Amino acid sequence: MKKQGKQTYVLSSGVSIVAAHTLVGTKEKHGPLANYFKDYFTDDTFGQPTFEKAEREMLLTTITEMLKKNKINIDDIDIYIGGDILNQLVTTNYVAEQLQIPFIGAYSACSSVTESIALASALIDGNFCGKILCSACSHFSTAERQYRFPLEFGNQRQAYSQWTVTGAGCMLLSKEDSACPKVTKICFGKVVDYGVLDLANMGAAMAPAAADTLHTFFIDTNTTPTDYDLIATGDLGKLGSDIFRDLLAKDGINLGNNYIDCGHMIFNEDEQCMQGGSGAGCSASVFSGYIYTKLKEKKFKKVLLLATGALMSTTTNQQGDSIPAISHLIMVEA
Amino acid sequence: MNKNQRNADYLIYVENQSPKSGWFVSLFRAFIMGGTICCFGQMISDVLKSFYPTMNLLTVGAWVNIVVISLTIFLTAFGVFDVLAKYGGAGTFIPISGFANSIASCAIEYKKEGLVFGVGAKMFYVAGPVLVNGVAYSMLVGIIYFVVSLF
Repeated sequence: MKKQGKQTYVLSSGVSIVAAHTLVGTKEKHGPLANYFKDYFTDDTFGQPTFEKAEREMLLTTITEMLKKNKINIDDIDIYIGGDILNQLVTTNYVAEQLQIPFIGAYSACSSVTESIALASALIDGNFCGKILCSACSHFSTAERQYRFPLEFGNQRQAYSQWTVTGAGCMLLSKEDSACPKVTKICFGKVVDYGVLDLANMGAAMAPAAADTLHTFFIDTNTTPTDYDLIATGDLGKLGSDIFRDLLAKDGINLGNNYIDCGHMIFNEDEQCMQGGSGAGCSASVFSGYIYTKLKEKKFKKVLLLATGALMSTTTNQQGDSIPAISHLIMVEA
Repeated sequence: MNKNQRNADYLIYVENQSPKSGWFVSLFRAFIMGGTICCFGQMISDVLKSFYPTMNLLTVGAWVNIVVISLTIFLTAFGVFDVLAKYGGAGTFIPISGFANSIASCAIEYKKEGLVFGVGAKMFYVAGPVLVNGVAYSMLVGIIYFVVSLF
């Protein structure tokens, strides 16, 4: 692995994503990506007494299903790296206790999936590990409680708000040289804060971070948007992606039709979701469900994934601090 | 360009980009929903008065509140009220139904943290500020009333 430019790292031989699996809720299953979300659950409590337990169960099921389907023994995995958006990473921490393998918690809110994959790729490429499990997840009902209001509280959502995705995605990264999609470059983002205070306007808070990372990546690698089959941001939503396009256009980078936003494409447009989906589970499920499948089918050859995370807490927000954001990038090739 | 200027420009740009809720539609829906709730309250009051012509107005008012609050809690528990509120906005929040919903929804949500630190501590999480403001403004009005009555 060697550094290229300011923030980008080129992996020496590429790290294979040998397996990926996703599990989503009913609302996601009924969205435009239904065909790519094979596994879903109808009871959002997952048969558990609390939603926090339900989220854990969802993540654990996703991981165990992936291991079972691909006949992988959990003990063959060296490290588990993952994150979610609840305080103290409770979901991932409790699931790691169940898995009983070494664990690294990776928190960058909704950018956790690319942070995990980037760290795992670096560890594998440096020959420190053979196999690493990565995951990210979120649940609408636990996020709503932590960041907003009780579920049954009657209030209206702002027209620019987003809806937290109920879903989990996990991937297994391995050193083995297979025909599977490979992570070939990674780019760690900087924390960027453009002074947005409104918790409901996540897209506007995170768009500058994504633009900063992508711009830097293009400079570092000396490439342009047309060099890629797909450029996907995590959960900017419709408004956030429009802002993202505008910000890059100001720097002379024009994104074409190969740009998508996972949050914008996961739900049908309706009054509930407004600008689209958000949450760590958003990019994780769209990547392991939709993008990974397309990569395997060789429909996409070169993909950039920039998951985007808003790094505030409700405490800092109530104290009047603005929302810092980050975006880590991974480049995956078929 | 310094950071403060950059952020100020960005926030103006975001404000212009962000879609607004249509105020006419919102007002109309609030009017319909709020009006319906108030008419319902009036109906209970009229029915009571026709059955018990001697009942005093304070008692009638108390019964109206009891019925509206109970019904709201019932609808909240069955997950119907938040759907109505998404439509009605302030029309459902301003009548006593909004207050009842804010307490009932917190009680349901935080029951999982136990009766003391869950329901007990967090039941007024949303309604608390409303109560504090109510008491504070009542005191302010009381003081003004007292000063005015001196002359």
